[in-house]
Amino acid sequence: MAQIVSRLHRRRQQSSLVLEGAKFAFRASEEGPGKVRSVSGPIVWVIWYLGTALELAFVVCSIARKSFFRYFFLNLYFLLAVALSVVRQLTLGSFGPSSDEYRYVYFYTDALLTVALYMALISLYSHVFGELRFGKYLRLTAVLLLLGTALFSYAVVAQSTQYLSTTFAYELSQNLYFVGLVLTYVLWGAVLKLRETRTHLVQFVLSLGVYFSAYAASYALVNLASKYSVVELIGPILGCLLPLSWTITMLRHSEDTHLVPADLVAVPR
Amino acid sequence: MTAALIFVVSLVTLLMFFVSYCRSLTASSSRHILSKDVRDVTGISAAASERDFIRVTQLLRLCPERPEDRAALRAVGLYFGILSLLQKTVARIAPSLDLWTKSERAGCANFAAVILDRRIAFSREILAQQEKF
Repeated sequence: MAQIVSRLHRRRQQSSLVLEGAKFAFRASEEGPGKVRSVSGPIVWVIWYLGTALELAFVVCSIARKSFFRYFFLNLYFLLAVALSVVRQLTLGSFGPSSDEYRYVYFYTDALLTVALYMALISLYSHVFGELRFGKYLRLTAVLLLLGTALFSYAVVAQSTQYLSTTFAYELSQNLYFVGLVLTYVLWGAVLKLRETRTHLVQFVLSLGVYFSAYAASYALVNLASKYSVVELIGPILGCLLPLSWTITMLRHSEDTHLVPADLVAVPR
Repeated sequence: MTAALIFVVSLVTLLMFFVSYCRSLTASSSRHILSKDVRDVTGISAAASERDFIRVTQLLRLCPERPEDRAALRAVGLYFGILSLLQKTVARIAPSLDLWTKSERAGCANFAAVILDRRIAFSREILAQQEKF
C-alpha cells in the first residue's frame, strides 16, 4: 500500500516533467533518482502554464478576498511552487537535465514543496481545531510527526552510499506525501465530527482529499497500464486540480459563508 | 495485484471525497430563494425537482457565463451524471438508494437554477452598464 501510494509525491514532478518535456525527456520518472524517460512536449507545457496560472490565481484571489494571512500557508505553498519551478527551469537551462546540479535542485525542491504542503495541511488542522485551544499540542505533534518521518526516511536510505542525499530527499518526499494522505482523511473525519460549517475550510479539505485520492488512483493506473503513454499525463493534469478547486472556493464564497453540516454527509444520519 | 487493489481503494475514496465536495457545492446554494424570473422561465414552482436539471442547463447555455461558476457547474454536472447512472443501475434494486439519488439530483437541479438566477442578474447588470454609456 505504502509503496504504491508513495508514488503520489510525483505530483511535484509535474513542473520538472513539463520543463524537460520541451526537450522531450525528463528525469527520474518511475524508479527514483537517475532514470530518464521520454514524453511529448507541447501538452505538458500547456499543463504547466495552466497549473502555474491557477496557483497564482489562488494567491491573487486570496489577496482580493483579504484572506492572504488567514490562509498564509496555503498561499505560501503556491508561491513556493511557482518560485521553485522558475529555479528548476534556470538550473535546467544552465546545467542540463543530466547534471548532478539539476538532480540536487530537483529532489530538494521537491522535498521542500512536500514539506510546504504538509504545513498547509497542518494549518487547516489549526483552523478546524482552533476553537478547542490545543493549538500548541497540535503544532508539537505536527513537528514530531515531521521529524519522525524524516528519521524513518533516513533509516530507509542510510545504507545507500550512492546519491545518499538525493535518495533521502526522494524518500522523505514520498513518505511525507503518504502521511499527508492519511492526515487528510483524519481531518475530514474531524470536520464531520465537529460539525464544521465554514465553507472555505470544508471545501479546502475536500479538495485536498479529492486531489490525494485522484493521485493515488493515477499512479496505481500508471503501474497497471504503463505501456500507454497517455496515462503519464493524468498525474500532471491532476496537479492542476488543487489550485483550481481552491481558487473556485475563494472566488465563489466569502469567509462568512457557512454550510449546514448535515448536508455534507452522503448518507443522512 | 497490489496496484489493482490500490486503484480500486483510491477510486472508492476519490468517489467519497468527490460526492462530499459536490454536496458542499450544492449545499451552499440550498438556502437561496429563486427569483420570480427564474421560476417563470424554468417552470420551477417551489423547489427544483430532478427532472429540471437538463432543462435548466440548456437555459444556462443561453446566458453569458460567469467564470467563477463554470468549473463548479461542470463538477455538479459530472455528479449528476454519476447519480443518473446509479439510478438506472443499482438503485433499481435498492429503493432507499433510489430515493437518495432522486433527492441528490434535485439538489443538483437547484444548484443549476441558482446559477441561472445569478447569470440572469449578471446579464441585467451588463445591460444596465451598457445603457449608461
